[in-house]
Amino acid sequence: MATASLETRENRRAWGFVTPALLWTIAFFVIPFIVMAAISLATRKGREIVMAWNFDNYIEFFEKAHLLKGLFVSLEITFTVTLISVILAYPLAWIIAERVPQKWQRMALIMAILPFWTSYVVRSYSWLLVLAQNGVINNSLIYLGIISEPLELASTRTATVIGFVHFFVMLLTLTIYANLVQMPPNYRRAAADLGANGFQVFWHVVLPLTLPGIMVGAFLTFVLCIGDYITPQILGGNNELALPQVIMLQLGRRADFPMAATLSIILMVVVTLAYIACARWLKMERT
Amino acid sequence: MSRHVSTGKTRNKFLSSTATFILGAVAMVHSAQATEELNALVWCDHTDPALIEPFEKKYDVKVNLKEYEGTGAGLSIVEQSRPGDWDVFVIDGVDVHRAVEMGVLAEIPADALPTSDIFPEVVMAENNIVDGKTYAVTEKFGYNTISFDKTKVDPKDMEDMSVIWSDKYAGRIAVYDYYLPVIGLVGLGLGIDTADLGADDMPAIKEKLFAMKKASKQVGEVVSSQTALATGEVDILVGGGEWITAVLSEEKPNLDWVIPKQGGLRWAQSIGVMKDSEKPDLALKFVQYILSPEGQARLATSSCYWGMPANAKAGANLTDAQKAALRWDDQEGYLKNSQLYPIPDADLDAEMQDAWVEMLQQ
Repeated sequence: MATASLETRENRRAWGFVTPALLWTIAFFVIPFIVMAAISLATRKGREIVMAWNFDNYIEFFEKAHLLKGLFVSLEITFTVTLISVILAYPLAWIIAERVPQKWQRMALIMAILPFWTSYVVRSYSWLLVLAQNGVINNSLIYLGIISEPLELASTRTATVIGFVHFFVMLLTLTIYANLVQMPPNYRRAAADLGANGFQVFWHVVLPLTLPGIMVGAFLTFVLCIGDYITPQILGGNNELALPQVIMLQLGRRADFPMAATLSIILMVVVTLAYIACARWLKMERT
Repeated sequence: MSRHVSTGKTRNKFLSSTATFILGAVAMVHSAQATEELNALVWCDHTDPALIEPFEKKYDVKVNLKEYEGTGAGLSIVEQSRPGDWDVFVIDGVDVHRAVEMGVLAEIPADALPTSDIFPEVVMAENNIVDGKTYAVTEKFGYNTISFDKTKVDPKDMEDMSVIWSDKYAGRIAVYDYYLPVIGLVGLGLGIDTADLGADDMPAIKEKLFAMKKASKQVGEVVSSQTALATGEVDILVGGGEWITAVLSEEKPNLDWVIPKQGGLRWAQSIGVMKDSEKPDLALKFVQYILSPEGQARLATSSCYWGMPANAKAGANLTDAQKAALRWDDQEGYLKNSQLYPIPDADLDAEMQDAWVEMLQQ
């Protein structure tokens, strides 16, 4: 009896802790998601929005090449950014964790994430000026005699990727660093004692143990990058449209909420698939 | 001009409660600070404190400004608000009829407006007056045409619209990212008046749009277009005009604009009083202030973008340099050689927007 009462109290307490977060999630995720899904089944006729309860918008997405291309552009940019960011962030995190004295590591991390402190929009516009024909990069290269004519850097996909990588390298550095410092040094010593050389220690011990950090950072990079509107809009020069830009066009210009909702659902499906892929790979699913 | 899309009557009730809540919260915050308040739904040029503060001081009122882009977005905000939330509405001149049909605007006594002082070409009675009743008045106008760096291109070349889809300046062109004026411009380049532009013209227009995209370096909104032109990233801006270059006239005297021989697009913005306003008298005073020579001069040289004041008497309140940047003395010819935006029906509008996105994805 007393045990049951204690269990009930514990349950109530647990619910007390969980309820605010649950209500928040229901109010600001579940309900908006259901609303968005419902709107995606509506149709825009003329300037009116009619609840048609059909999949015409989804069919239209796959039929219209310029809409479908938005998804492919987003995926190409996102995979490129994620790959480059991992390649750049790993050595940086390694150097901070392994080569920088412990008392300076915090300072090194602060330096690494310093760009986070500036506005995202301002940073993107700053890149536009850096990459411009008469910007820092082109002027430096011309001054050094490496090139004679300025390179076309601004308003290109390259500019978008550079802007993204600048941001996401910081994020990945943090997640990988957190993984590296948690790894007991004995593992590497044991591998070395067993005859492994430096590369073998890294390949067979360090890399597998830091994969969770890489995958968490890569997943966050994927999610934030594929859903980002600002960077491709500012740096890409509208020379191609990523999916969030296509969504914004539906909202801001056409007031076509059903198509915007459809494209948003498709974006969410892509992100969900990415999560499933990462979760399985990391064996995070609960069975 | 740059206010996106003329689409958009949406019945999205799901959003209405959220918008109402936000508006309520905003109103509550402001009500603690001001004796009286006026809520205006405006374009960004009205948010310049130099324009608003003199009115606020004179009438001891706090003017709450909500900026929007595109008639569709503006009308959606109105639909999602409670009656009486808004007192003043700034709207694209060609869309006044839509607002009147929706019952958004109130009639303004004709004798309360300085109509006789307004440049006759921009009175736009066919737009601002419905069934003999005045619902709005033109407050500012300008042109979507071709802006350029006169030190880098031959100004003579800019007088022919076909330059924007030729190879001569390939890679040195930026296109203003607003489909209506640019499609209108391309139409003019093909000899199609904006009033006659129809679905049958779209294949030819699309072909030129794609050619223009091929020759252009970027397609961007106001800030990135202006930055590209100002920094020398591009030398030509299609869809630009005094609203892009005039504000930079002191810093960048090398920037210029022209209306090609085929013509240019004329934008005009109107201002009116909301039908459900609970302060119609104060709202009318605000409209009258905006249309006064002082208000007009401040609006014309707003920090967001410059444009010609509709009231000809505003010239007395502008400096010679400001008038030169606005091409005050050339207006007679410019007004004759410019046409209003196309006013597509819903289907043509959708077709135009599809063509625009296709062009962007080329």
